[in-house]
This record gives sequence, C-alpha cells and structure tokens, in this order.
Amino acid sequence: MDVTFQFDWQAAFASIPFLLEGIPYTLLISFGGLAIGFFIGILFGLLRISRLPWLKIPAVAYIEIFRGTPVLVQVLFIFYGLPQLLGSPINALVAGIAAIAVNSGAYISEIVRGGVQSIERGQREAGLSLGLSRRQTFRYIIWPQAFRRMIPSLGNQGIISIKDTSLFSVIGVGELVRQGQVYIATTFNALEVYLMVALLYLAITLTLSLVLRQLERRGLVGQ
Amino acid sequence: MTHEKSTSGSDPIVRMDKVNKHFGSLHVLKDIDLSVSPGEVVVIIGASGSGKSTLIRCINGLEEFQQGYLEVDGSPLVPHGKATQALQKIRTEVGMVFQQFNLFPHLSVMDNVTLAPMKVRGWSRDDATETAERLLERVGISDQAAKHPEQLSGGQQQRVALARALAMEPRLMLFDEPTSALDPEMIGEVLDAMRELAREGMTMLIVTHEMGFAREVADRVIFIHKGEITEEGPPEEVFDSPQNERTQSFLSRVLKH
Repeated sequence: MDVTFQFDWQAAFASIPFLLEGIPYTLLISFGGLAIGFFIGILFGLLRISRLPWLKIPAVAYIEIFRGTPVLVQVLFIFYGLPQLLGSPINALVAGIAAIAVNSGAYISEIVRGGVQSIERGQREAGLSLGLSRRQTFRYIIWPQAFRRMIPSLGNQGIISIKDTSLFSVIGVGELVRQGQVYIATTFNALEVYLMVALLYLAITLTLSLVLRQLERRGLVGQ
Repeated sequence: MTHEKSTSGSDPIVRMDKVNKHFGSLHVLKDIDLSVSPGEVVVIIGASGSGKSTLIRCINGLEEFQQGYLEVDGSPLVPHGKATQALQKIRTEVGMVFQQFNLFPHLSVMDNVTLAPMKVRGWSRDDATETAERLLERVGISDQAAKHPEQLSGGQQQRVALARALAMEPRLMLFDEPTSALDPEMIGEVLDAMRELAREGMTMLIVTHEMGFAREVADRVIFIHKGEITEEGPPEEVFDSPQNERTQSFLSRVLKH
C-alpha cells in the first residue's frame, strides 16, 4: 500500500479550466431559479397570510409540499417524470431552474410571510388612519420595512439554493459537480478535483455573503 | 384643496347611536350614544380596559362594531363594516395620534408627513413639503425634518405624529393615550402642542389619563366604565362633583397623587 500519497497540485490546477465551464450553468440554475422563486415566494407568502381560506389553503399546500420533499426528488420528478405526462422531453437546464424555483419559492414564501408579519400592527393602523388604502399601506409602509428584514434570510436561502444545484449533476446538466465527475472519469484525481470543486462553490457563496454584508453595512438591511 | 363643509356649524361631526361591540363573549361597548360638535374638545376617561380606546378606534374603522349606528362627517359607518368607500372617506377626514406614535421608521420625518397628502390627496411634492414645513415648524421640529424617527426623542416623535395627521387637514382629530408611552419630562411638550390645536378650534376626541390637561382643555368629559358611558358633562362637574359612584371611586384613585 502506498502510504505516501502525494497531493498533486498540478493535476488540481489543470482541472480548473474544465471546471470553470460548469460555473455558468451553476449560476444560471441558481440565480434563474432564485429569481423565479422570489416571485413565487412573494405571491404565495402573501396568499399564506390571507384570511380567505380559498387563497390561504393552496398556499399552505404548496409550501408544505415543496418544503417537505427533497429538491433531488423534485428535479428527478420534473426531468424524468413530467415528460411521461407531457409526452415530450424537458431540457435538463430548464428542469434544474424549475426545481430551484419551486423549492426556493416554498422557503421564500415563509420568509416573506415572516417578514410581513414581523411589522408591528401599529404601522398598518397608522397608514390606514391617514386615509391610505390597504394596497397603498402595504406598498409604501409594510413592504419596504418587511423587505429590509427579509434580506438576511433571503441571502441564506440563496446560498442554500446555490449548493442545491450540485445535486443536478444527476440529470446531466454540465454544472460544477458534473464537470468534476466527467473530469475525474478520465484522470482519476478525485481528491484534487473535488477540492477544487468545493473551493469554487465557496468562491461563489463567499462573494454573495460579502455583497450582503456590504448591504448591511450601508444600513439597507435590518430594522 | 379646501374641503367642502358638508356639515353646517351645529351638525355633529361624530354621531354614535347605540353602538355595541363584542370581542367574542366580551361586551366591550354597550349602547354608546355620543355626539361631537365641530370645534368641541371631548376627553374620554376611565380605567384601562374600560373600552375608551376601542370607542375612538371605532370612529375611524380600526375596530368594527356589531350593532348601532355611527356617522362621521355625514358618512355612515355600518356594523361589521369592511373597507368601504365611506370608511376610506372618513379616514381621510379624521386624523389619529397613537400611544406608540407609529411613525414610519423607514422614512424621514419629512416623508412621514408628506406621504399621505401626496398619495391620498394627490398633492404635488412641493405643496406637500410646504405644508409639512409649516406643520413641523408649528410643533417645534422644523430643524429635524431630514432625520429618521429613531433619531428623535419620544416627545419629538409624537409631535411629528401630530404633524403627520394634521397634514391631511382633518376635520376631526382622535388621540389614543398620546402621552402614555412618554417619559414624564416629555409629556408637557406634547400636551402643549395639543392645547394649541384646541385653541385653534380643532375638533378633538382625546383618550387620556392626564386629568389636569382634561380639566383645562376639555369642553366635555366622558367617563366610561366597563364599556358604558356612566357620566358625562363639563370638566368642573365631572371632576368636582361626580354623580356616579364609579366615577367617584375612579377619580379618587387617579387624582390622589
């Protein structure tokens, strides 16, 4: 047995150009999915708050279903399952974006609900008492405050969803992990390549964290 | 933007006729009859939980009521009232100052005051700003317009809240314990601003525990006990020779210190 295993830096660096080809897919799936998920989250988060059961119940059902099932199962269902229903194949990239969208959408719904409900009742009453309509009160008073409070949680969800895209190697999208696997299949440098893959994820998530911290420092977040 | 005087001098601005409100099994307001004339200052007193805040919150529809009739400035509010057009109209004509100020923390002092006139009355920013400057000057905060509420003291915040409500040029002002959340040394400045408003002829309905202020400013004092108006009259009568024994025991408790 060879106990003096040497970490092969050269092999590690050599894999980088090939791995970088996966980054656009990782970013596209993450941010494309999150952007759609954000709109889903606003819509369902607000429906969830409604006192009308026929608005609230579908929102609760959506949130529970997509928060309560693994994102891997969701993407497999979309990529392999739905085509049987539709009779035509679904592009793997589209399936990935859709899975992140519905999954993060469920979590973001709860973030939106929590943010909106965290605003003191008196804010709404003050708006209404000034003659603002309920819609105006929400738009000018509740939402701006709620959104600031939501930003840290949204950033957190962003990081989670970016990492979730690594699972989508199973449907063959050429994202970061998939690129790593393909590379390793020919060079067998699993240790070096997966370390590089990990570092690239870290580079993406740390950048996002830094941007968020910057927002926080400029006083745009919180309170 | 002068609003039509839909009510002539003697028509009441507020008319409540046998208004009843329940919170579940709790009967919060019992057959409330109340009428407030233009220019009148009415102070409502009573123990906490007696329903006095609920009463004034019914007037601008922040609380629903179940039976009775309520009319504000000629617009009727119906029992179980939802956000009807009448309610919307009433809210533009009725200002409110809250115990917790409820300023908008994400907006500057100036924007707090100009928001509603611009969005509800459709004023231009210039017009709204001009009015806001005048009102902030009047309540003594003109040099703080660019600050955010959290940078002001409680007394200053409440005076901004007063300016914000007045910017809508209301026909009636409701005050829900406006000094109860203030440090003692700041109560005076808020009461002074209210006193001045009363002197200018604003119609005011005030829930307060400040008995000295009530005696001085009120045209009429109303005592509420367990959701019922049990005594009503000029301040000298209510404070100096209360007829109802509930009023007597309440006053002996609050006036002692």
